[in-house]
Amino acid sequence: MTQRLPAKDVVVVGLGWTGSILSYELARSGLEVVAIERGPWRDTAADFNITTAPDELRYGIRLEMFLRPAQETVTMRNTPEQRALPIRRFGSFLPPNGVGGAGMHWNGQTWRFLPTDFVIRSHYAQRYGAGFLPEGNQIQDWGVTYDELEPFYDAFEYCAGISGEAGNLQGKIQPGGNPFEGPRSRPYPTPPQLQGYAQQLFAQASAGKGLHPFPRPSANISTAYTNPYGVRMAPCTYCGFCERFGCANYSKASPQTCVLPALVRQPGFEARTECEVLKVNLTPDGKHATGVTYIDTQGQQWEQPADLVLLCAFSFFNVRLLLLSGIGKPYDHAAGEGVVGRNYAYQTGSGSTGYFGEGTHFNPFAASGSLGVAVDDYNSDNFDHGSVGFVGGASITCAYTNGRPIAYRPTLPGTPNWGSAWKRGVKTMYNRAMGVGAQGSVMSYRDNYLDLDPTYKDDYGRPLLRMTFNYQPNEQKMANWMADRCDEIVKAMGAQQTRIGHLGVPWSVVPYQTTHNTGGAVMGTDPKTSALNRYLQSWDVSNVFVMGASAFPQNAGYNPTGTVGALTYWSLNAIREQYLKAPGPLVQI
Amino acid sequence: MRRLFLVLAAALLPIAALPFTAGAAPDDYTQVERGRYLAIGGDCVACHTIPGGTQWAGGRGIQTPFGDIVTPNLTPDEETGIGHWSADDFYRAMHTGVMPSGAHLYPAFPYTYYTKVTRADSDAIYAFLRTLPAVHNAVDRDTLPFPFKVRALMLGWNEMFFRAGTFEADPQRSAEYNRGAYLVEGLGHCGACHTPMNWAGANDAARYLQGNVLQAWTDPNITDEQRIGLGSWSVDDIVEYLKTGRNARAQASGPMAEVVVYSTSGMSDADLHAIATYLKQRGAAGPAAPSPRPADDAQMQSGAVVYTDNCSACHKRDGTGVEAMFPPLRGDQVVQQTDPTTVLRIVLQGAQGAATDAAPTAPAMPAFSWRLSDQQVADVVTYIRNSWGNTAQAVPASDAARLRKRVADTAE
Repeated sequence: MTQRLPAKDVVVVGLGWTGSILSYELARSGLEVVAIERGPWRDTAADFNITTAPDELRYGIRLEMFLRPAQETVTMRNTPEQRALPIRRFGSFLPPNGVGGAGMHWNGQTWRFLPTDFVIRSHYAQRYGAGFLPEGNQIQDWGVTYDELEPFYDAFEYCAGISGEAGNLQGKIQPGGNPFEGPRSRPYPTPPQLQGYAQQLFAQASAGKGLHPFPRPSANISTAYTNPYGVRMAPCTYCGFCERFGCANYSKASPQTCVLPALVRQPGFEARTECEVLKVNLTPDGKHATGVTYIDTQGQQWEQPADLVLLCAFSFFNVRLLLLSGIGKPYDHAAGEGVVGRNYAYQTGSGSTGYFGEGTHFNPFAASGSLGVAVDDYNSDNFDHGSVGFVGGASITCAYTNGRPIAYRPTLPGTPNWGSAWKRGVKTMYNRAMGVGAQGSVMSYRDNYLDLDPTYKDDYGRPLLRMTFNYQPNEQKMANWMADRCDEIVKAMGAQQTRIGHLGVPWSVVPYQTTHNTGGAVMGTDPKTSALNRYLQSWDVSNVFVMGASAFPQNAGYNPTGTVGALTYWSLNAIREQYLKAPGPLVQI
Repeated sequence: MRRLFLVLAAALLPIAALPFTAGAAPDDYTQVERGRYLAIGGDCVACHTIPGGTQWAGGRGIQTPFGDIVTPNLTPDEETGIGHWSADDFYRAMHTGVMPSGAHLYPAFPYTYYTKVTRADSDAIYAFLRTLPAVHNAVDRDTLPFPFKVRALMLGWNEMFFRAGTFEADPQRSAEYNRGAYLVEGLGHCGACHTPMNWAGANDAARYLQGNVLQAWTDPNITDEQRIGLGSWSVDDIVEYLKTGRNARAQASGPMAEVVVYSTSGMSDADLHAIATYLKQRGAAGPAAPSPRPADDAQMQSGAVVYTDNCSACHKRDGTGVEAMFPPLRGDQVVQQTDPTTVLRIVLQGAQGAATDAAPTAPAMPAFSWRLSDQQVADVVTYIRNSWGNTAQAVPASDAARLRKRVADTAE
């Protein structure tokens, strides 16, 4: 029996980065906002205590912050011909659970995508000819340009206090920054983090090759900072417990450190945690959302009516809610039609590990999730693709995110994986190994998509989401080419020995690779190829907006959060300036 | 700032000049809003509400050396609140500590300070309280053990320690100073916590605002004393602290965080400036500094190690902290109070700062009781009390042990 609750102006599904920013901004505008979050409330003071937060076994290995597959999982297969099976232990990616979402346990690498990334199809067609794009691709322009997003990148970076060195200030290239980046209206809010010895070697070696090293932009901030919401952060202590952990030092930008302290003071805001939204409710004609139905931990179902529904869950679960609610036409792989589930993409990882001589002290434990020096010379279309024969690129970075005692155990190739020889090998190499990694783009393809699984259901009888994904030849070629570039740099840094890490194919659910799962509810200009218009508004149900990386038409060679944040402020601006004044479709077709 | 204050004072004057009336008209909006503001200044709601309970309905236990006193229901409920009180009754309670029945209130209700509140201000507060929704909440008002439960004893106590009176402005001082004095000495009742008590629980007028220990918290010296008082704080430092709960020097926690949240963060800048001016100008008083512990002292050496391992990431090796997040310990007043209770308590139990609209982040310090021994706690506290120019008495492990038991019994 579902009980109906008093109506709210806005219901927000999921209280991570996007949900908390929208909740705060809309509650501040005077709207009644309720956020419904599947996981528990999490707060720095209560949950990320400095004396207990750096517990690698509890958080890093046993994954306390993450979604349990028993709560919800996805089924996976590599190709449309295979039968998908449920992931029963998350490995390659780790979906979040609880207030803060992935923004709470991330590493904090906060990039702007490049101007070409947003117009990638038309740009490649113009420079290399339409036939250059890989077979089976569904690459498409975003429907929004870098210049349009710039003020909103800026808003997110100033919300999060991001530490970095501008490379392009209002069109003027700045020394020490990334010369390839799009123009910024002003510098980063805080200066870059300090770098370690390995990063110094990398900067010298890459500059020696004519590349352009710069400090990676970081959400683990370098100095104390007060954001425009009045929320205050403290400088990073380089403890190396970022990804998979909550930050106990108020240093890593997250909803907890940047938004929630201001949000919880808003009288029009309410959060209901440990409540899972089952579906978005629609009017009988399917054209208007009336609110959501959710279930609490006692099994009681509630209907929460609302005028505006904002889907702010992790990318997979936004897509699944759209499919379960009947919003938008589901992607039909056989027919090549439909939009919800279309253009799922991911990220490539490849690189090279270098082993240095005796007396080298890299001190990997003095780290942060986003410490590092990067080069962008091989990203997006910053280099001539005509000769390399692939589309896309990668950011290449020399970084230490941590030197934690359980998982960080580098050894020379050929060292046994256990026993006294392994222990000796770890002792020898702990301080002498370093990596240069390439985080690469993944284009969108007809054969990479999400839909509802025909077999497996969750506890409530709803079909699980099924992912069909493999690295296509274009991505393999790109990632392996990048690994060779990384290896050249590592050798120039003076490594005695290197080990190249190629892209693992077929894509496997183990080991951990990245939680940059994108697409499935993409934005665009054509309702036949996108689920959302350029303001992240559903083409089909105009009072539903869908935030997050699920809106990416394909993935770029960067971490997604900076762009997720920019799109959130971009959409918020459209909601506040246009939608609330005249509810209805913001783009007419 | 000064202009603001004059404007405010001008706004208040005509009301203060009105002839006394037996009962304010409940629909007098200006009177009610003035009363609401004054009630904030008096921090009434903090004591007259159970944490998480209905505001103003009373029931909170106030710890005193003589036992717990439970606060009454201030809503206008006829039976369990003060619905049957007149404005005269209310003023009599404020001014003399006597209820309409003739029974005496205990000075946990700070009538010893409220006696200086003007009749007009009392009437405004009364008018505001009349507008609250009546809440039926019967409170046991007689929780003290014998003999203290005999309220008539207060006759003798009042005879010895209390003189009803009104605030007398000092014509030698500025209007701002006098406004601050009126607030601090009257409605704000700052001295109730910040002044040492004698054997009978009465504030020792000779050591006014020189610090106290109540409910296992040190209420620091708030005279202009340099080492342990507000001597090194500017007027603006004090205003920022009272307004936001923190400044570059300190972070309000414990009972003062409550005062900031319920009271001072809601006060006007002009009144906060007046309070700060008064506190800065009325003079310095306090004990002479002891000589600092030598660096080769065993406690200091052990404390330095504990500090480096547990404290330095946030408070920094040189004790400078992180501005407005992790308070500096170098030159900190609370750290150097003669009585180390607060600093011991924060190490053992942790603490969280006040969250206010101006400073919504409420950074927390975790509890270290589970991983530091009494000796380690005493050593690190001794170390921070005697490093970077700080000087204060060494703290024995027995103090840490006693407080550990006390806060374990009253886990918050």
